[in-house]
Amino acid sequence: MNILVLMKQTFDTEEKIVLEDGKVSEEGVEFIINPYDEYAVEEAITIKEELGGEVTVISLGPDRFESSIRTALAMGADKAILVDDPDLFGDEYSVAKVLAKVIQDQSFDLILGGYVAVDNGSGQVPQRVAEILNIPFISTAVKIEVDNSKVTVHRDVEGDTEILETNLPAIITSQQGLNDPRYPSLPGIMKAKKKPLKHLSASDLEISPESVQAKTEEIDIFLPPKKEAGRILSGELGEQAKELIELLHNEAKVL
Amino acid sequence: MSKKVLVFAEGREGRLRNVSLEALSVAKLVAEGGEIAATVFGTQSSQFVDILAHHGADKVYVLDHSSLDQYLIEIYKEAFMQVVNEFKPDVILIGHTANGRDFAPKIAQALEVGMISDCTAVDLVDGKIVFTRPIYAGKAFVKKVSKDDIILATIRPNNISMGEPDSSRTAEMIELSYTPSESSLRVQIKDVLRKASKGVDLTEANIVISGGRGTKSKEGFEKLYELAELLNAAVGASRSACDEGYADYSLQVGQTGKVVTPDLYIALGISGAIQHLAGMSNSKIIVAVNKDPEAPIFQVADYGIVGDLFEVLPMLVEEVKKLKSESA
Repeated sequence: MNILVLMKQTFDTEEKIVLEDGKVSEEGVEFIINPYDEYAVEEAITIKEELGGEVTVISLGPDRFESSIRTALAMGADKAILVDDPDLFGDEYSVAKVLAKVIQDQSFDLILGGYVAVDNGSGQVPQRVAEILNIPFISTAVKIEVDNSKVTVHRDVEGDTEILETNLPAIITSQQGLNDPRYPSLPGIMKAKKKPLKHLSASDLEISPESVQAKTEEIDIFLPPKKEAGRILSGELGEQAKELIELLHNEAKVL
Repeated sequence: MSKKVLVFAEGREGRLRNVSLEALSVAKLVAEGGEIAATVFGTQSSQFVDILAHHGADKVYVLDHSSLDQYLIEIYKEAFMQVVNEFKPDVILIGHTANGRDFAPKIAQALEVGMISDCTAVDLVDGKIVFTRPIYAGKAFVKKVSKDDIILATIRPNNISMGEPDSSRTAEMIELSYTPSESSLRVQIKDVLRKASKGVDLTEANIVISGGRGTKSKEGFEKLYELAELLNAAVGASRSACDEGYADYSLQVGQTGKVVTPDLYIALGISGAIQHLAGMSNSKIIVAVNKDPEAPIFQVADYGIVGDLFEVLPMLVEEVKKLKSESA
């Protein structure tokens, strides 16, 4: 079972966002594997441990992604590909086109990834890749069972669970609750340093940057208005509860 | 310049989702007098034609076919593309719901166009459609435009006003037949397990009541449901409440989990970690109840009570009951 994992590096979710010259500042920021992609990495390794095969991590992004890729390798992925050519960075359309090109050169039975990244939050790339490769797609998996050439997936839909089945190869994206990602072990970290990580550029992939240009354009970025701290009520708790409901009814008019 | 706009109208449990009407209000803005069509799928769908007309649809494409009663990405994509080819829209708007956000990127790729996801505001600036969307779960926002001939965006529920209906409006109903192709049935549905706790969907709820570590246990967390039912509210949870097993992950509000923007968000026993604040701080009114007066949640709260949630909660239940009996 050869599994590809589409993985992205993101800001740690405890980071605040600071803007500098109209861009999100990366100064002093802690980076992590996008939490939803981390579930995908864990799931891929678990399936490989059970069925054998190889797990390949595929990323598109700047050099700093390497630290997160090493973490995935330390968890137990076997090798990795990082497309780090800035000429190929664009929007979701660009990323999907490039990843699909990378994937077409791989042999695979299953592709996993997070259903969304916690930074950009668009949630488009896996679907687009599935459309380009013309293979089945199932999102927001909370359980994945592989049985030979078939896969059964429990899909979370706003709390309901759909049980879906399809033939491999397919693309499946992970939802929170799929598993509990392991921490890399010390021997795992040592081994990861020697695992192959291939860097690819536009010319390696024979892609002309014009053909994957962004279809959308960002024209402004801003922080939400800072919320003023409101009123802390005082007095006896029972009085506070009464006052609160009155305020919500009469002042805020939300009850 | 006037534009033809197509809106995906989504039904759920026999009701039209609010976000479909919110998308129609965006359609009215960006169409600039152009024709507005809605499309609705499944055997119950013709019942929605009138309300879609009242909210601005000139045409409603009805795909009354039982294969569309249950969502599946491939058939929804295929059926929607059929409507796209029929109507030839300049702008496509889809609600950013579990299903909408799932199949919209397939449409974008099938059309080879860009897509702007999860928009919280839409404006017309010098004839250009400018979409505002959150990044980092709302810690920042970007404004984006599309460079394509077909502009595709998904609209976040509960952020854009749906506008007043005009009950004198009517729409032309166009029935399209649909038969799933073989390749669209590559994914088969075996079963659907409905969630145990019914009630309001988190991302579309007007009121959300969330519990955190302070609920202390599964039983403690369940005490939230009485107030939630009284207020017709959805129940949410912080990451620690989910990690501790007090609540299901499907309830998690935060940068991982769901981002919610209700009219009223009540945080009970939630300290207010940055990743949680990202998921709820754009709510209109925020109430916090926490034992710790220094808890960061009070920094974003409009109203705060410093106290034990297990003492405060039953008091709130009583006061809401009183309010309801007074206004009844």
